[in-house]
Amino acid sequence: MRSDRGQSAPLGLKVAAACGLLFLHLPILLIFVYAFTTEEKSFVWPPPGLTTQWFAATWNRPDVWDALSLSVRVAAISTAIALVLGTLCAAAVSQTRFFGREAISLLVILPIALPGIITGIALRSAFALADIPFSFWTIVLGHATFCVVVVYNNAVARFRRTSGSMIEASMDLGADGFQTFRHVVLPNIATALLAGGMLAFALSFDEVIVTTFTAGQQQTVPIWMLEELIRPRQRPVTNVVAMVVVLVTLLPILFAYYLTRDGDQIAGSGK
Amino acid sequence: MTIAAAQSNPTPAILPGSGGMRGALSDLFWRRPKLLLLLMLLPPLLWLGIVYIGSLFALLLQSFFSIDEFSGLINRQFTLKTYGDLLQAANLDIILRTVTMAALVTLASAIIAFPIAYYAARYARGRWKALFYLGVMLPLWSSYLVKIYAWKLILAKEGILTWLLAKLNLLWLLDGWLSLPVVGGNSLSVSFTGTFIVFVYVWLPFMILPVQAALERVPGNLVEASSDLGASPGQTFRNVLFPLALPGIVAGSIFTFSLTLGDYIIPQIIGTSRLFIGQAVYSQQGTAGNIPLAAAFTVVPIVIMGFYLWGAKRMGAFDAL
Repeated sequence: MRSDRGQSAPLGLKVAAACGLLFLHLPILLIFVYAFTTEEKSFVWPPPGLTTQWFAATWNRPDVWDALSLSVRVAAISTAIALVLGTLCAAAVSQTRFFGREAISLLVILPIALPGIITGIALRSAFALADIPFSFWTIVLGHATFCVVVVYNNAVARFRRTSGSMIEASMDLGADGFQTFRHVVLPNIATALLAGGMLAFALSFDEVIVTTFTAGQQQTVPIWMLEELIRPRQRPVTNVVAMVVVLVTLLPILFAYYLTRDGDQIAGSGK
Repeated sequence: MTIAAAQSNPTPAILPGSGGMRGALSDLFWRRPKLLLLLMLLPPLLWLGIVYIGSLFALLLQSFFSIDEFSGLINRQFTLKTYGDLLQAANLDIILRTVTMAALVTLASAIIAFPIAYYAARYARGRWKALFYLGVMLPLWSSYLVKIYAWKLILAKEGILTWLLAKLNLLWLLDGWLSLPVVGGNSLSVSFTGTFIVFVYVWLPFMILPVQAALERVPGNLVEASSDLGASPGQTFRNVLFPLALPGIVAGSIFTFSLTLGDYIIPQIIGTSRLFIGQAVYSQQGTAGNIPLAAAFTVVPIVIMGFYLWGAKRMGAFDAL
């Protein structure tokens, strides 16, 4: 019989853990309050009054919409590329043993293990050497590179849990390779891919460090926010955008968690 | 054999063998798994190899070029002069400042992370466990800039922290701290203390997850055995829990250390005008146009992280990831 089931934690530990979690969450909640403040010029607390007028003001800002549209397009295409590349890599690494397998996992993880500024400046200097002008596609190039790893992590975890004998059974029953992929492999890994795709989308939507090096004059939402942080023009609009960004990134994370929560490895644990 | 079976026995559960191009391809992949493997690996390897590794080499190459001080043009000839520039007092200061900050941030994250990770690993069950997990995951995935922005709101002179301390009659404490030479400043949002707090906040979840993973593997009986044998809670922590959690802490420190080394946005928004490595890289490649020096600067965190990872591997930190 195990005796550690009903045990309760020492008070000191409880307080320390609770304080730690509060430290993680209170700052984000604060953003929600500031989105409604009537104060325009400073960050004064407590807010002198509450209003919803800044939502309308933000709605009518074309620069915010442009940034949002660019961010969504970049994130969608980077996610699509990352899904293809990450799944292929995961399938190859998990289904077979071959020389250099470890090196490939390292290669996939490297873009996210090295500081973003290195990836960013490396890409920029490569663009400069090759005379490639900044465009939509230079942003996608950078984003897809570090999005591969999240899809890869999710797919590898799922492939590990999927038994290889199902594929053999399908082949034995006369399905060819493509039918097996379509009817056996794909349904098995679909939720893992969806979760990986959601996380890749959130990662790309939020990325700023690499993007500053590959965007040129274009503005994604994070770059727009960075500009506002360095040279504030209209603080209330920034507050509203910050709140919307929190909501837009939280939903995919919650959904990805929901999709993979039964697994031994849960999506997002290796950002 | 499967094809013969399919032809002689037309059970609907067995799909007919497909002919043509598709069938031929399928058969080819079945007979030659190596070919399929190659085709699967080729696109990701080409992408990462060309886009990523290619760029890294381009960067490394540029660090051996030098800049002509008079014309500002880049001289594409092999030289170690740029690395020599790196050893100037001002640049060494930047490196030292960044490494010190990274070490302090790592230490503080480990201290704050441990109770959360320990509670989640040993005491949280069922719904609470999921709640703890999401409680770490949501801040981890929340927008990086929004988190920094939130701290700008908190640390501003007119912000919530000053208000709170005024209510508690503790403003003298804040003023005293801000008047200290290195860590102080005009307000928290333009001081090293502010930079430090934001770094700890932003990277903390990266420390919690691996520490929790390491602690999950410590059987509860071990802690009980230790106290049965007469150890005080402090002794149990020092001699049993801490050594077992250490690989997780080292794994987490890889993230906190590496991320602090390379960040240039946090010290730019919340901090003093004295530079960190990331800011130096950014300003060298941007306004100064000195790409060779910027490239040489990025080699510093790569080398530091190389040694760090080597040490971490020897301590078994990768098993905790």
